[in-house]
Amino acid sequence: MGSKQIFEVISSIKGVDLNLESEFISVSSVSLLEVAEKFKNDTTLDFDFLMCITALDDGNSKIFTVVYNFHSNKNNHSIEVRVSITDGEDVPSLAGIWKTADWHEREAYDMMGINFSGHPELKRILLPEDWEGFPLRKNYEVADYYHGVPIPKDKSYWE
Amino acid sequence: MDTTLDKSIVNIDEMVLNMGPQHPSTHGVLRLKIHTDGEVVSKIEPVIGYLHRCFEKHCENLSYEQIVPFADRCDYLASMHMDHAYSIAVEKLLDIELPERVEYIRVIVAELQRIASHLVAIGTFGLDVGAITPFTWTIRDRERVLDLFEALCGARLLYNYIWPGGVSHDLSPKFIQRTQEFLDYFETQIFEYNELLTGNKIFIERTADVGVMPADVGMNFGVTGPSLRGSGVDYDLRKTEPYSIYNKFDFNVPVGEGKMGTVGDCWDRYWVRMVEMEESIKIIRQAMASLPDGDVHAAMPKKIRPTKGNVYSRYESARGDVGIYIQSNGKNIPLRLKMRSPAFCNLSVLGEIGEGWMISDVITILGSLDIVLGEIDR
Repeated sequence: MGSKQIFEVISSIKGVDLNLESEFISVSSVSLLEVAEKFKNDTTLDFDFLMCITALDDGNSKIFTVVYNFHSNKNNHSIEVRVSITDGEDVPSLAGIWKTADWHEREAYDMMGINFSGHPELKRILLPEDWEGFPLRKNYEVADYYHGVPIPKDKSYWE
Repeated sequence: MDTTLDKSIVNIDEMVLNMGPQHPSTHGVLRLKIHTDGEVVSKIEPVIGYLHRCFEKHCENLSYEQIVPFADRCDYLASMHMDHAYSIAVEKLLDIELPERVEYIRVIVAELQRIASHLVAIGTFGLDVGAITPFTWTIRDRERVLDLFEALCGARLLYNYIWPGGVSHDLSPKFIQRTQEFLDYFETQIFEYNELLTGNKIFIERTADVGVMPADVGMNFGVTGPSLRGSGVDYDLRKTEPYSIYNKFDFNVPVGEGKMGTVGDCWDRYWVRMVEMEESIKIIRQAMASLPDGDVHAAMPKKIRPTKGNVYSRYESARGDVGIYIQSNGKNIPLRLKMRSPAFCNLSVLGEIGEGWMISDVITILGSLDIVLGEIDR
């Protein structure tokens, strides 16, 4: 199935839109869970894999986009779904539907500071739990010290 | 005063055992918090991040060409695959056509790399269950593949060989001759491995019926690669979504059949890797027989400056499905680069399938998943 046919199946859900040029479906955060359940349970779609969750920053750390890449092994088709939120808004967690989302959402929270509501255990995964800030945000500034150890900022010696 | 403990509040039978981060059986700096009741494991919590090197943050400060050596270091046991996966993503973004010779060379080195990576997986898996000899044998043979790569590009572990638009060095006729010699030798070696390990009774007792991963559980957790194929799922991107020129070659995708126990047990995952090496030999032989002439640098862009847009590309590495997501804003530096690492997802299933087994079996299950911490933590 192409992105157009996939969109037709879920087009009745509110806040869903298809971008024909780049072939992705944009979904509002409110209807994400409904879309995800349809993706999982509808026999014509049958997305058994949630491949990847990517969090994107718009450049000013004001609007964030969470990108979901789905794949169906049974029907051999893929689709990209994007959810845009403003800073501080929540995105519903998909960990109850695809377990892949569990760790990927934790990583998105760890790096980009996106809150996933309904996640079983949303905490940092790659960084230490007492790390401050979200490093992949464009407005992230490196702290001066970590546990009393100065963090080098002078890049001249490795450039 | 009542000094008896309320068992409903405090579980006095449970002990939390800390395994790692420095432990030979965790295949790197992985820490496992294992909740045990006697010998039986009731819960496993993997703690990762000890090898985090800010790969994605670095990528936001490097030009597209400079990222290749960083991609190398993600999965250091299959660097060629990481280079290839990254290069394919950038080429998809640039929308360039490659010379045939480049594609053939890439397939040859990628399959050689798959053999080298599976050899480590098999050897260390044997080591995990107490078989010392297979490890020395597999490392000896992997050394020959590394020698080939050294002759090809000068590096033995981190190659920086596959670049967006081409490869760094052309193949020499000597390399083809040496690869042919290696394949002839290695075919007999696979027979020896099967004699030594695959059919070994102790090995089968330790691995068959242990850590069974049902297919739907694996897919739900996003497990890919040989670990998922061990559960009987026919999912290989080289077949289902052929990238490069894999559609030109004739090869099979082995899936777990439960020959020694249940479908999806540790033995099946091991066996899939074993058969995959034979399939890789088949692919290399076909590619070398029909290797076309050409200039490997012909399609290489002088400056990589893609147009605005996002791209997600997938690649079948030795451990599974590598996904590269690139967001470009039209500059020579990506705005955002995300790597979906296969071992990251493969490790997340450990808590699910490791429950209820003994501590020694958890080591077996972890070994059969074949994780590389460099890729998990990035």
